[in-house]
Amino acid sequence: MSEHDEVVLAAQGITKRFGGVKALDEAHLEVRAGQVTAVMGENGAGKSTLMKVLAGVYQDYEGRILRNGREAVFANPRQAQEHGVTIIHQELNLIPNLSVAENLFLGREFLDGLGLIDFRRMRREAAALLQRLDLDVDPRTRISTLRVGQQQILEIARALALHARVIIMDEPTSAISEREVDVLFGLIDSLRREGVAIVYISHKMDEVFRIADRITIMRDGRTVGSAPRAALSHDGVVRMMVGRDLKDFFVQTPTARGSEVLRVQEICLPHPDRVGDFLVKDISFSVARGEVLGLFGLMGAGRSELFETIFGLHARTASGQVFLEGREVRLSSCAEAIAAGLALVPEDRKRQGLMMDMSVAASISLASLAQVERFGFLSDRRERALAGDFGQRLRIRAVSHRQPVKHLSGGNQQKVVLAKWLATRPRVLLLDEPTRGIDVNAKNQIYRLIHELATAGLAIVVVSSELPEIIALAHRIIVLSEGRQTAEFSRAQATEESILKAALPRSLSSSRPPSSSGAATR
Amino acid sequence: MTLVILTGGIDLSVGSILALSGAIMAGLLKRGTELEALNLYIGYGAPAAIVVGLLVGASLGWFNGLMVTRFRVPPFIATLAMLTIARGLTKLYTGGEAITGLGQVFVSIGSGRLLGIPNQFWIAAGIVLVAVVLLRKTRFGRYVYAVGGNEEAATLSGLNVARVKRSVYVIAGTLAAVGGLIVTSRLNSATPIAGEGMELDSIAAVVIGGTSLSGGRGSVAGTVLGALIIGVLNSGLVIMGVDPFWQQVIKGCVILVAVVIDRLNYKE
Ligand SMILES: Nc1ncnc2c1ncn2[C@@H]1O[C@H](COP(=O)(O)OP(=O)(O)OP(=O)(O)O)[C@@H](O)[C@H]1O
Ligand SMILES: [Mg+2]
Repeated sequence: MSEHDEVVLAAQGITKRFGGVKALDEAHLEVRAGQVTAVMGENGAGKSTLMKVLAGVYQDYEGRILRNGREAVFANPRQAQEHGVTIIHQELNLIPNLSVAENLFLGREFLDGLGLIDFRRMRREAAALLQRLDLDVDPRTRISTLRVGQQQILEIARALALHARVIIMDEPTSAISEREVDVLFGLIDSLRREGVAIVYISHKMDEVFRIADRITIMRDGRTVGSAPRAALSHDGVVRMMVGRDLKDFFVQTPTARGSEVLRVQEICLPHPDRVGDFLVKDISFSVARGEVLGLFGLMGAGRSELFETIFGLHARTASGQVFLEGREVRLSSCAEAIAAGLALVPEDRKRQGLMMDMSVAASISLASLAQVERFGFLSDRRERALAGDFGQRLRIRAVSHRQPVKHLSGGNQQKVVLAKWLATRPRVLLLDEPTRGIDVNAKNQIYRLIHELATAGLAIVVVSSELPEIIALAHRIIVLSEGRQTAEFSRAQATEESILKAALPRSLSSSRPPSSSGAATR
Repeated sequence: MTLVILTGGIDLSVGSILALSGAIMAGLLKRGTELEALNLYIGYGAPAAIVVGLLVGASLGWFNGLMVTRFRVPPFIATLAMLTIARGLTKLYTGGEAITGLGQVFVSIGSGRLLGIPNQFWIAAGIVLVAVVLLRKTRFGRYVYAVGGNEEAATLSGLNVARVKRSVYVIAGTLAAVGGLIVTSRLNSATPIAGEGMELDSIAAVVIGGTSLSGGRGSVAGTVLGALIIGVLNSGLVIMGVDPFWQQVIKGCVILVAVVIDRLNYKE
């Protein structure tokens, strides 16, 4: 076992090209045992690429990797795992049709005397791991029925099952709730005490300053700085990331509240499996022109399902009424919702937002192809103009508009999804976790963009599980818990405490106060 | 076929649909339709027979699409069933015998020439051209890629996924019938075993052309190249006098090599 603070994994002078593009340019990184090394940088700075080099995903790079001081070459991720290096990727990598237990031990199934899979033992071990992670799911559950947040925690469980000595976490908290973050941080703490080295990538400044021992900053494929946390300030980190001073942080301005645009009444969505149970129960709200309404709720509160229902995705099972500018509309498909002027930026960009093989331009224009047609045929020129326009407004970083979206960094993929929906020129914008995986600088720009859109007359509903984000953005906040509306606050009344209190499920807030978490008290 | 595979589906029934529609065209030309109950006899000219044959192809394709979308039968199974059904219907309709002697007008379609180049070529070129434009320049084409790339995201983007899928099967069925027309008129005969194994050749052409079987990626130009390779192999090996059993082995190897090369390139 390695001593604490010893460098157990190091990258030296790593250069990695994709075709003609240099994603990494002599980047370096040192990872110490018993420490959390945070890596920060703008979208597309090369963080994920460097991690993939370290974890054996890419082999064609220049430079050296040292594991415990000795040069190591990983021919594939499995070899890296055998050297104790495991990565939790930014995009989830679970197999949807297999059970939780099967996923946890994929490739390393326990066998019984006959060489058959010992499901009993797998389930037992899985249950133990899940308990350690405070995740309340049956090991037999199929992955596809879990929410993103739960899946993220499972990815971490998988790394634990591998007994890794170096765990790389690429934006592990971008999809999980505050409570789950606390669970995760508790876990990171205990791993750290056991001498495990953790590499932690995140765009969330407060998280990084809470958990990291050291912070390494990357820009344009290079390592531009690395220092103990205590030696760095928020502003200092941002300055190194961006390469200049970041001015005018977003501050909310009250906008003139116009006439009502969208009103929903008594939206209900029955649970697909449990009869008599609801994912969304009797939700009513309205949004006005120029208003940003925030919907806050923990994972599983029914926020995404509410959006999907309004957007016509569950027309067959859901009930309730939707009014647009005072007139009732029946939205029985997404196409009708789009035609009526609604746009939904979904929560999970890989599953619901993008075709990974499509080009940036084609992805942006997909929901508004009629706009780029001339004489009934798609016009390349118009499509390029559309993509260029939104690409610039959102500062999408791509080599060209013909690059497939799967080659973009995670944050830039998110911007493409946003661009796609803005391109439909909606009246009502439903945003489900719109800044997931987006760097501080770009986040700031997106906040400003949201307010610009509101000022221009859009009605906007934002779902977020980040409290500071909701408070920064929304003029009014509605809190959901277990599919029901539990509170409503105006901007002036809202505090983090009061919102969180309303968001905690009743079963939980009465029987198990979240003492393990700092969330409610912070 | 490229279109079907782009949506992430597959169509195994094209060979059988080719045979059935070819047989129906031939049968109508030769025998017309007798409705004994009504004591009615309808004779067909070449154009009418062709239209009916194409309609048969389109409706069988539509039926495939219906099975895939409405009843969620996996494309492989749905079209495998259609392969057998259409083949069986062909044998029933022809009584297992070839229908020959189809008349000058009909035969001239497949064996005639325009500007010294066989009609077949013009027909194929026309279809390729239309397909290229359809895929690259129209909304429908874009939707085909989108559905194959990610169905859930396509639905959320307001696409009618079921309609896109049904359309590609109808197109595949209709084009199979066009194939039936060409083969039948060129040979001046419709045989019940026409187009056997054709589905595999056409899938091979698509795959050699670099289209991904999981959908969302590929092109018609690639398929044309794939078809040429298959065609050259089929006739080239015969001309070179290679043992027919070896021909099959060689064809299989070429398919594998082509796909492996594509995979290696794609990884980069
Ligand atoms: N497979 C690939 N092919 C081509 N270019 C790629 C590929 N993967 C990454 N890139 C490019 O490399 C650069 C770095 O990407 P990377 O994913 O490492 O960024 P990141 O720092 O993780 O950003 P984010 O915070 O958005 O996740 C980007 O410009 C991206 O477009
Ligand atoms: Mg990344």
